[in-house]
Amino acid sequence: MAEIVLQNITKKFSHVVALNDVSLCVRSGEFMVLLGPTGAGKTTTLRVIAGLEKQDEGQILFDGNDVSTHTPADRDVAFVFQQYSLYPTMSVYDNLAFPLRSPLRKMAEADIKARVQQVAELLRITHLLERKTARLSGGEMQRVSIGRAIVRRPRAFLMDEPLSNLDAKLREALRIELKHIQKTQSSTTLFVTHDQIEALTMADRIGVLFEGKLIQVGTPTDIYDRPTTTFVAQLVGTPRINLHKASRDNGTLHIMNSEVSLPMPPDTTAHLPPTFTLGIRPEDVKITPTGALAGQVVLIEPLGVETVVHIRAGHQTLLSVVPGMTTLKLHEEVRFDVERERLHFFNSDGARIL
Amino acid sequence: MATIELIQVEKKFGANYAVKPMDLTIRDGEFLVLLGPSGCGKTTTLRMISGLESVTAGCIKLNGRDVTWIHPSQRDIAFVFQFFALYPHMTVRDNIAFPLQAQQVPRAEVNRRVDEVVKLLQIEHLLNSRPGALSSGDQQRVSLARALVRRPAAFLMDEPLGALDADYRETMRAEIKRLHIDQHATSVYVTHDQIEAMAMGDRIVVMSAAMVQQVGTPAEVYYDPANLFVARFIGSPGMNLIRGQYEQGQFIFPRGDRYTVPANWRPALDKALNGAGEVILGFRPESGKVEVQQTDNLIKAEVYASDMHGGFSMLHLDVGAPNVVHIRANRDTDFLMGERVHFGLDPAMVRFFHPQSELAIRREEN
Amino acid sequence: MTTTFEQTGPRTPVVESIRVDKLSPRSRLAGRARAIIATVLALISLIPVFWIIRTAFIPLNEVTAIPPKIIFTPSLEGLVGLLTDDRILSESALAAKRNDPNLSFVDRVMLNAGREVVGSSPYASQLVNSVVIAGASTILSVFFGLLSAYAFSRFNIPGAGDLLFFILSTRMLPPVVVTIPIFLMYRSLGLHDTHIGLILLYTVFNLSFSVWLLKGFIDEIPREYEEAALVDGYTRLQAFRKIVLPQALTGIAATTVFCLIFAWNEYAFALMLTSQNARTAPPAIPSILGSGGIEWNTIASGVLIFLIPVVIVTFALRKYLLRGVTFGAIRK
Repeated sequence: MAEIVLQNITKKFSHVVALNDVSLCVRSGEFMVLLGPTGAGKTTTLRVIAGLEKQDEGQILFDGNDVSTHTPADRDVAFVFQQYSLYPTMSVYDNLAFPLRSPLRKMAEADIKARVQQVAELLRITHLLERKTARLSGGEMQRVSIGRAIVRRPRAFLMDEPLSNLDAKLREALRIELKHIQKTQSSTTLFVTHDQIEALTMADRIGVLFEGKLIQVGTPTDIYDRPTTTFVAQLVGTPRINLHKASRDNGTLHIMNSEVSLPMPPDTTAHLPPTFTLGIRPEDVKITPTGALAGQVVLIEPLGVETVVHIRAGHQTLLSVVPGMTTLKLHEEVRFDVERERLHFFNSDGARIL
Repeated sequence: MATIELIQVEKKFGANYAVKPMDLTIRDGEFLVLLGPSGCGKTTTLRMISGLESVTAGCIKLNGRDVTWIHPSQRDIAFVFQFFALYPHMTVRDNIAFPLQAQQVPRAEVNRRVDEVVKLLQIEHLLNSRPGALSSGDQQRVSLARALVRRPAAFLMDEPLGALDADYRETMRAEIKRLHIDQHATSVYVTHDQIEAMAMGDRIVVMSAAMVQQVGTPAEVYYDPANLFVARFIGSPGMNLIRGQYEQGQFIFPRGDRYTVPANWRPALDKALNGAGEVILGFRPESGKVEVQQTDNLIKAEVYASDMHGGFSMLHLDVGAPNVVHIRANRDTDFLMGERVHFGLDPAMVRFFHPQSELAIRREEN
Repeated sequence: MTTTFEQTGPRTPVVESIRVDKLSPRSRLAGRARAIIATVLALISLIPVFWIIRTAFIPLNEVTAIPPKIIFTPSLEGLVGLLTDDRILSESALAAKRNDPNLSFVDRVMLNAGREVVGSSPYASQLVNSVVIAGASTILSVFFGLLSAYAFSRFNIPGAGDLLFFILSTRMLPPVVVTIPIFLMYRSLGLHDTHIGLILLYTVFNLSFSVWLLKGFIDEIPREYEEAALVDGYTRLQAFRKIVLPQALTGIAATTVFCLIFAWNEYAFALMLTSQNARTAPPAIPSILGSGGIEWNTIASGVLIFLIPVVIVTFALRKYLLRGVTFGAIRK
């Protein structure tokens, strides 16, 4: 499996800068997820690595070798598209065999058959081999797409939002399977998505992209616990993090336009500027009858395993999660507390204050 | 604002049922969610309520009035589409005003209502833009405004958040629910995302293969699913379901581990299974707990995969059954693939199902 | 390890939306009435075609009868007269001929009309010219159109928008405007009255249309298919052959039909640029004037035979035609 290194990659389309000086290292056998909103440059990154687009500046190295001038075929990577990856005129078997029949490989039919069987068993699609692809369901199609990538035993897998078009339930199931397959085969995988749950659950490391720039790279825990910008903080975590403008008054933090005041232990807040952005994860907002802060319930979202409670304090709304179901009612007055050790601070342009 | 009744409503295409005969009453001011996987019949049901689809049998009543054969425009409902359906050649203001103009409302009144609604949805700054220039979230807001401006008896929404980015969906979901609460509107909402359904619905109609599987509040479908489908479908991940043998008060796991069922379940299980037999045990991920000490009533398992979800971790365990068991754990738990663990179950949260009929066995089955 | 959960089977739902108001008895009656009116209008607009069929099979002496005869004994005079050269015989020669025991069927038919067969007419070879010229130019314009369309669709060609417009603009030109310059050009190049000359001309004119139409079809084929093939190790040409071509067949069929119809019916250039050798049917038919007055039945036969090949092709490929006409109406 290959190690993929991107050095200072820049790519422009007419006047739009799709990738702006992106440098990234994907270690051999690592599952790296590129996370970001639509238009951030994630697909472009994959296409540049695959050789389907040529970068304007920068190098791409596979195991230390510059592959910038290699054709897609020579780079020996497998690409799984979001959709339209299965040839509609062929059966599932032929789709899986197609990469192996390419002139580059010259495999014997018997070997091809053995390989296709093995992969079909791995993905549990052996019963579909003779079917035409138009007659498959969404989940079955994506499994065949993944099968087509695996069958080649490439140096690396590039996956462009392969689960995005599937129903929520199906996505959950395939996520776990994909991760298990990747771990057992130790394949270098670069996986692109805009869904942060996919990123958190599947990645060894996550690269956050926004408007062509790589904002932060780290393990899921790093990204979740120590986001370097407000953008990253908002991107991961459901429900999303509470972000509010706040001010500091000696040792007490005040959320502006609300009645929320948080007296902090001495010497912990001296380094903060007078005004900044405060980040509090919903699980760190605890509803308790002995809480120091007061508010009113304006929305209750029961999710089964937990309930999201929207609390209005002054003119600001804070989200809190409560395990299981709650007996709280709409418009009820509540008391709550905030976990002081787990606050996030950001300055006015969104960067983290350490 | 409106009560909607569906009486034995069905939809057939030739010999195939798209929606099997269904009875449903949607209360005034209720937010009812039609939930199910693709192709289950939820959208067809919504479209029948709206009149965009005809019924092959049954009767639909709006506030007591039979509207089964009445043209969609005469039913006093507003429809919000997944892909917004905004008129691309008209400005936002014109898009929102359009339904009122179709009903020949006087100009002054039209302007007043448009202003009112854009303020509600905070899109005043977009009035003169074209839909093509807006983000998907804003487009959906315009679509909602267009529905709201008519002040209809009921809102029908067909997966309105489906076309939005994941992070936007959370915000819009809360906005739509807040709007519903403020407007005291009756809403029927279709989605395949059970998280949306649970968060927003006053009641959820779970559908599969053209049939209603269960109608209930989020708590009801979560804690007391009527059958295996609902148990699996609701919750992310769904309920863990293990097939095994029940005899003498014990449930036997596929690899032989014996689990003593809570005492209050014994009578119901003995009755349902005539003392012993095959049964399916169900429990939610948060009701399982991995124990470090080896105590009683624990089940052995190997770690298949584990992942971090931000505030917590999820362990996927192999217990010898065809499907993986998911257990919610603290975020600091760090198990390696293949590691052996023991886990126990919260007795208040276990459930049982008949293997053949797939129906839930009720504890008060006497 | 199964964690799956899904409805198996094809993803696209069966949609057969019937709006509530369309099912009322009144609406159904209105629908039927509309269908009847449409059929009647269609029949009325086909009257000229029925007339041609009638005229092709009517004996010459009844062609111009007033009131027009619709019921008559059909005869093959028109058809035979089309394919043969003949001259009028005097009464005596006619009588003499009638007694000849070696008369062929063809001779006998013409004898009834008072004529003698002296050879075959050029119509058959003119028809063959039409087939060759229209066929070859269609094949060429579709072939080159396909390659250009693929290039425009997939590659980043500088000034593509302008080029495409330029290509289309050749179709905006009324052909008559350039007949004289082309005539002079061809004459000096020695292309006048040659098959190649006409084929080249038709190809050029059809190319604009075929590039535009085929580009639209190819745009619809997601490029991910070829990119997957490229990544798997195929060359672009192989990807084109194995993936794009099978999916573009509908588009190719539609384009072929349109190009064929244009080339087959083309009149102005054919008239100006051909005389003996390469003359096609359209300019030939009106010039079938009889030796004793206008032989309407012969002309009608000519038209009828001319119609048949294109009707057959269009009918055979009708579902592709429909796709070609409505295609591109919905832009994504």
